[in-house]
Amino acid sequence: MKRQVPGWVGLVLVPLLNLVLALIVAGVVVVFIGENPFRAMRLLVAGALGSSYGIGYTLYYATSFVFTGLAVAIAFHGSLFNIGGEGQAGVAGIGVAVVCLSIVGETHWLLAFPLAAAGAAAAGAAWAAVPAYLQAKRGSHVVITTIMFNFIASALLVYLLVNVMKVEGSMSPESRKFGTGAHIPYMHEMAAWLGITMSRTPLNLSFFLAAGAAILTWVLIWRTRLGYEIRAFGQSESAAVYAGISPYRITMLTMLISGGMAGLMATNTVMGEAHRLVLDAVQGAGFVGIAVALMGRSHPVGVVLAAILFGILYQGGAELAFEMPAISRDMIVVIQALVILFTGALENLVRFPVEAVFRNLQGRRS
Amino acid sequence: MDYLAVLQLFDSTLRLATPFLFACLAGLFSERAGIFDIGLEGKMLAGAFSAATVAAITGSAWLGLFTGVGISVLLSILHGLASITLRGNQLISGVAINFLASGLTALIGQSLFELGGRTPQLKGSGRFTEITLPLAETLGGIPVLGPVYEGLVSGHNVIVYMALAAVPITWWTLFRTRFGLRLRAVGENPGAVDTAGISVTGQRYMAVIICGVLCGMAGAYLSLGTSAAGFVREMSAGKGFIALAALIFAKWKPLNALAACLLFGFLEAVATKYQNVDVFGLFTVPVQFMQALPYILTVVILAGFVGKAIPPRAGGVPYVKEE
Repeated sequence: MKRQVPGWVGLVLVPLLNLVLALIVAGVVVVFIGENPFRAMRLLVAGALGSSYGIGYTLYYATSFVFTGLAVAIAFHGSLFNIGGEGQAGVAGIGVAVVCLSIVGETHWLLAFPLAAAGAAAAGAAWAAVPAYLQAKRGSHVVITTIMFNFIASALLVYLLVNVMKVEGSMSPESRKFGTGAHIPYMHEMAAWLGITMSRTPLNLSFFLAAGAAILTWVLIWRTRLGYEIRAFGQSESAAVYAGISPYRITMLTMLISGGMAGLMATNTVMGEAHRLVLDAVQGAGFVGIAVALMGRSHPVGVVLAAILFGILYQGGAELAFEMPAISRDMIVVIQALVILFTGALENLVRFPVEAVFRNLQGRRS
Repeated sequence: MDYLAVLQLFDSTLRLATPFLFACLAGLFSERAGIFDIGLEGKMLAGAFSAATVAAITGSAWLGLFTGVGISVLLSILHGLASITLRGNQLISGVAINFLASGLTALIGQSLFELGGRTPQLKGSGRFTEITLPLAETLGGIPVLGPVYEGLVSGHNVIVYMALAAVPITWWTLFRTRFGLRLRAVGENPGAVDTAGISVTGQRYMAVIICGVLCGMAGAYLSLGTSAAGFVREMSAGKGFIALAALIFAKWKPLNALAACLLFGFLEAVATKYQNVDVFGLFTVPVQFMQALPYILTVVILAGFVGKAIPPRAGGVPYVKEE
């Protein structure tokens, strides 16, 4: 009989070791470029966490990554790999823009924000609906269709911004600026209400939405009937069918929730910061979500921690590129790739030996 | 549109289809052996970068090509390690390879040349130039067929001809050799292959390495064989995913792959040449629609409304030998 390995090994130790491996390889890359990896690390952390300005930006990025990370994580629970967060968040930008552009007069953000969030979630879910349907009814692999839908989304965005939503007479492909009625408060504005002074950063109200989304995801996955069905379906489709769970219903619902979650990201970037629809408002955050979900082991707590880590990486990486021009922002993409590689694809590189060690230890004890 | 303009359009179709074709055949070898590969894009990009880097330093296009292929093969061995030996998730491994290539090419390119991620402009022997086939100018005078030979068949660089040759070679390898039979078998029923005493792991690694070679060729073509004459950041620009789309569109068959790649190359040629296409003055097809068409067509094919695309049965599943 196989001896059991304690749960914390798989949940905490293996991911941590994987992360360390990824960072070591990243350090080797830095050495190869001819810089000191320890100094680079110090600059990165100082740039991300050394000031309220850095922290604001870090959390602003992290907010986006929480949404896209949760999106991938929810789909993972149903053993669906939603690679389409990038496209879903992009199309969700259109949803946010449509809502925000139709708010003409003065409203309170307490009204504008939920409306825009609903628009974002609806558009994101709609963009996930076709791949979901094709997976559920026609057996087309959701990975391939969501990749295709990313490209279709980017073509659609370019078309809309160049031909439909562009401001008359302007050269840049972006929509009209949203009215003041569609403005949601920045964190530094909210802090000022309480008499606290903070640096001006793009961190905004969506931060709280992200926190709420993480809690709701936990409730959904582990405390509701639907979440149970999603997990059962993810573990074994045939067992789920035997238990009377409809694969069609679960696939559709999981992907719609996942797409809607990725879509919510647009409240952070489009409504909270850009105040207009621009090309490439997502900037790869949809893909970062994959790394975040893998590192966070698809658990909301893990996703939030991983999102903050990637927020540090994005903000600190920008500061690092400023201090050490040899290490451009592309280093962030390299680290992101290494994290996906070691915590995702090469996971067993660490897991197999570590589990073997633990089995040995227990063997000796008993 | 006159005759010569049509020929020109077909000519650029062939050029644009070349990288698709290599990458599509690359994916075909890998997926036929049961290894999903969404990292075609990354391998192509890494191949393009390393080929251009070596060609820029040594001045030899051939050395560049070999290096590009070598680096691409290294990445595919990494994919093999993750998905065959360590039984990891093949899709996640592909995603990681794409990002790794995207980040590393830009990072190393900037650190080596300091040209914003570009390699220096390649000149002379550093790139593959057009070959004029024998008698092209003499025969060019013949009406109708002459211009076809001179303008369309002749006047490409050697990699384009290699891509075209790769199609029958792939077909022959897969369907007329023992190696090909075994390769297809590990993609359909690895258990049976194992029972016959053939190493599933070995077969799959071979397939993955061939995939790497072909992706490297696709990449080297981008940086050494096109008017770009060097590497530009993100120069693969989604071509690896179009190739993946073409592979599904072609239902994992080599000859269909040629047709699919030519079709997608043609769409790109039309989109670049005409931007917005006016259809009989009735309505205008926006250029973005033309660019999205390969992806839309693939979704339609995947949906199974126009013939069903059935992937190799054991695709994406790591093989675990029974104990």
